[in-house]
Amino acid sequence: MTVPGPRNDFPLLKTQVRTATDAAHGSADLSKRMETQQVNIYYGKRHAVQDVSIPFYKNLITAIIGPSGCGKSTLLRAMNRMNDAIPGYRIEGQVLLDGQEIHTPGTDVITLRRRVGMVFQQPNPFPKSIYDNVAFGLRVNGLVKSRAELDERVEKALRSAALWDEVKDRLNRNALQLSGGEQQRICIARALAVQPEVLLMDEPASALDPVSTAKIEELMFELKKDYTIVIVTHNMQQAARVSDFTAFLLSGQLIEFNPTPQLFTRPADPRTEAYITGRFG
Amino acid sequence: MKSRFADRIFVALCLFAVLVVIAMLAAVLGNITYYGWDRLSWEFISASPTHGMTAGGIFPAIYGTVLLVLLMTIFVVPLGVCVAIYFSEYADRSSRLYRWTRAAVDNLAGVPSIVFGLFGLGFFVQFVGGGVDKLFFGGNLTFRQPAILWASLTMAVLTLPVVIVSVEETLRAVPQSFRDASYALGATKSQTIFRVVLPNAMSGVLTGGILAVSRGAGEVAPILFVGAAYFLPHLPTKLNDQFMELGYHVFVLSTQSPDVEATKPLLYSTVFVLLALTFLLNSVAVAIRARLRVTAGSGR
Amino acid sequence: MSANATTLPTSDTGVARRRAWDWAIEKFIYLSSLVAIAIIALIFLFVGREALPVLTSPKVHEEVTLSTMFLSQNYGTSEAPLPYVWQPVGVHPKYSVMPLLLGSLKATLIAMLFSAPLAILAAIYTTEFAPRWLREIIKPVIEMLAGIPSVVLGFFALIVLATVLQDLFDLEYRLNAINAGIALGLAVIPIVYTICEDALTAVPRSYRNASLALGASPWQTAWKVVLPSALPGVFAGIVLGFGRAIGETMIVLMASGNAAITSWNFAEPVRTLSASIAAELGEVVFGSPHYHVLFFLGVMLFVITFTVNWIGTIAVSRLRKRLAGADR
Repeated sequence: MTVPGPRNDFPLLKTQVRTATDAAHGSADLSKRMETQQVNIYYGKRHAVQDVSIPFYKNLITAIIGPSGCGKSTLLRAMNRMNDAIPGYRIEGQVLLDGQEIHTPGTDVITLRRRVGMVFQQPNPFPKSIYDNVAFGLRVNGLVKSRAELDERVEKALRSAALWDEVKDRLNRNALQLSGGEQQRICIARALAVQPEVLLMDEPASALDPVSTAKIEELMFELKKDYTIVIVTHNMQQAARVSDFTAFLLSGQLIEFNPTPQLFTRPADPRTEAYITGRFG
Repeated sequence: MKSRFADRIFVALCLFAVLVVIAMLAAVLGNITYYGWDRLSWEFISASPTHGMTAGGIFPAIYGTVLLVLLMTIFVVPLGVCVAIYFSEYADRSSRLYRWTRAAVDNLAGVPSIVFGLFGLGFFVQFVGGGVDKLFFGGNLTFRQPAILWASLTMAVLTLPVVIVSVEETLRAVPQSFRDASYALGATKSQTIFRVVLPNAMSGVLTGGILAVSRGAGEVAPILFVGAAYFLPHLPTKLNDQFMELGYHVFVLSTQSPDVEATKPLLYSTVFVLLALTFLLNSVAVAIRARLRVTAGSGR
Repeated sequence: MSANATTLPTSDTGVARRRAWDWAIEKFIYLSSLVAIAIIALIFLFVGREALPVLTSPKVHEEVTLSTMFLSQNYGTSEAPLPYVWQPVGVHPKYSVMPLLLGSLKATLIAMLFSAPLAILAAIYTTEFAPRWLREIIKPVIEMLAGIPSVVLGFFALIVLATVLQDLFDLEYRLNAINAGIALGLAVIPIVYTICEDALTAVPRSYRNASLALGASPWQTAWKVVLPSALPGVFAGIVLGFGRAIGETMIVLMASGNAAITSWNFAEPVRTLSASIAAELGEVVFGSPHYHVLFFLGVMLFVITFTVNWIGTIAVSRLRKRLAGADR
């Protein structure tokens, strides 16, 4: 399988260009699945994210790039409220899912996390069987009633993660016995099993080898059809390959948000240009 | 090179200390094995004592000990696991509840074993037993007396810190990434603990239980007045029965036997069985701990 | 927050029930920690409750009071030549606690004199000088020693050690403080050893390297650099060992002779606080003055071990601070 990218994957480029053009003309069939509006995040006294407003469009991939410590992971984790347990954490501004604020006291965090799934940087499958890993979210949320239905949903999730053929004969094997790339795809399948609307991916391929990385990126194109994806990555080429829109964060501030081809070929801000040309990392 | 010579003397002294310790252990184990191995046989383990404790076997004592630690485990493991979960997953380190619970468990570990015996007598037998008799048996003397129920509860209280320490250690060792993954899928805290964290810490529960059992089988002072008996015509069948017990048997045979020389063979073999049981349990616990440390490392 | 933002409306089905379970389980866990606190409180309470009549009950005071327990008495009979006698069973019960305290002290002293040097030197050898293969032997040896039930040690002391000592030193009494003390020492060695070994291995490698680089020999390094740094831990080990020895029951019950003799002769039998409780509780009449006095002895024992452990922890943290300051 060739590694997809703007230079040798014409269908993708066409989609990207069309999306960008439509966005520019304001006639796009673009609806916002999630959105942050003037979000400020504090860890105690540290102002980690400053006044960031980013739209995340439905069924598209939005990348958040920036140097280490710029706040991109923090922002991502705010979107499924995984930061809540961190002492000293404080958030201001709005984070909306389908137009609804997720930080009100009445919000059901459990449902939120089912609707907004997350894949982590280090693959972290549970030390259980492959089947039990993927089924975990379904069982815990009480989403299926029969074993047959569970089997079906597990198969579906594994297919979505392009892993079914590889593991269908060893579903009872311990997930930790798989390679890093396969483990990450288990984690993706596990997240998909509960049928989220948004998938947050925090540097999902940074711990993987190039071949596994390519497989994950390929997977993301497929997943885009059914899910809204937000990916945080420090790998600019990956962002350029994979995403439709890109946000560039620096020291907690949003420097630029644009359709990906535009941001990478004609960045609007000199700082963006400096980053993507590697003048600082 | 006077200093080098003095050096060698001092190091030799230290080595001598080590050898003394090893030698004493060898003396104790050797003596017991040598005299105790003789009488050991299937009959010894499966038969009851006869002829005034000079012949026969010690089956009732083995049975009583097993029953005691079984009951004890039923009480101590769930409670110990819950407190360990509290320490590891729920507690706010700065809260008063946490500090008091910590202090309580630490102090519990330092209570002399005979004081547990006093507690067993004053609280379980007299107070709880008396209350049970009044409420359920119309004042008839049923539970307000030495009984295996009270002995196992007393032992459970004594071994509680052992279980807590072991379980808490393994709970804390579970990587945070597992909890994160679970929360991100929409699990509640208790679901995360019982479906992900605790299963991963089972080795701690197991070793804690085994170490508690080993302590429970070896301690005698707490059960002196709370249920153990020297000779009973039948095995304990009800919760308010008394029971024979290996350690207690050793104690009584050693100190109150009318003819020490005649009972010595039985006594030695009983000690051997008790020692072998304790060592077996401890070795199993150590082995589990070591093995799971290895696999946990390789899984990363 | 903008005016038209609303909360996420529908939760998934069953979330409310899961939350309810979660809440219940959390409360249950908190309850278990309360149970742990309750247990220790109950121990204080119930042992204390049965001991209280010694202080408050006039009926008990007819037979025994605090002053008869602690102060010297003039018994006025020929059978009690000394001012401190523990003889609760008899026509004129005598309840002086001093022989028992002295007995506990004597046995514990022997135990510490015997075990502390051995354990400390052994720990030094293990951490500083021992070749790897020997280290792998010592560790299980100590663990095995720690795993021996105290009743077995008591048995060994009673049947074997007593005879050996009596033959070796031509002692008058077979069961005495030395016999019990040595057996106690065997029980205490693992405690002192383990804590000392931890303390010694915690000393940073850099200290040793600096000392060796200055030309000191390994022994000088161990004795003058490593051991002083580990002193808080060593002290803690000794204190905790002491606490364990004083509270130990079965060994002294079986090996010390159980005679309440008030003397500083270590080759004579002793009767400790713990052994007295164990030996007499089985035969007291429930509710009698003797019964309450035994519980009072239990309280004393409890207080002593508690204080010793407490002193140990405080002294350790003070020493640690002082040494840490000196190192800076």
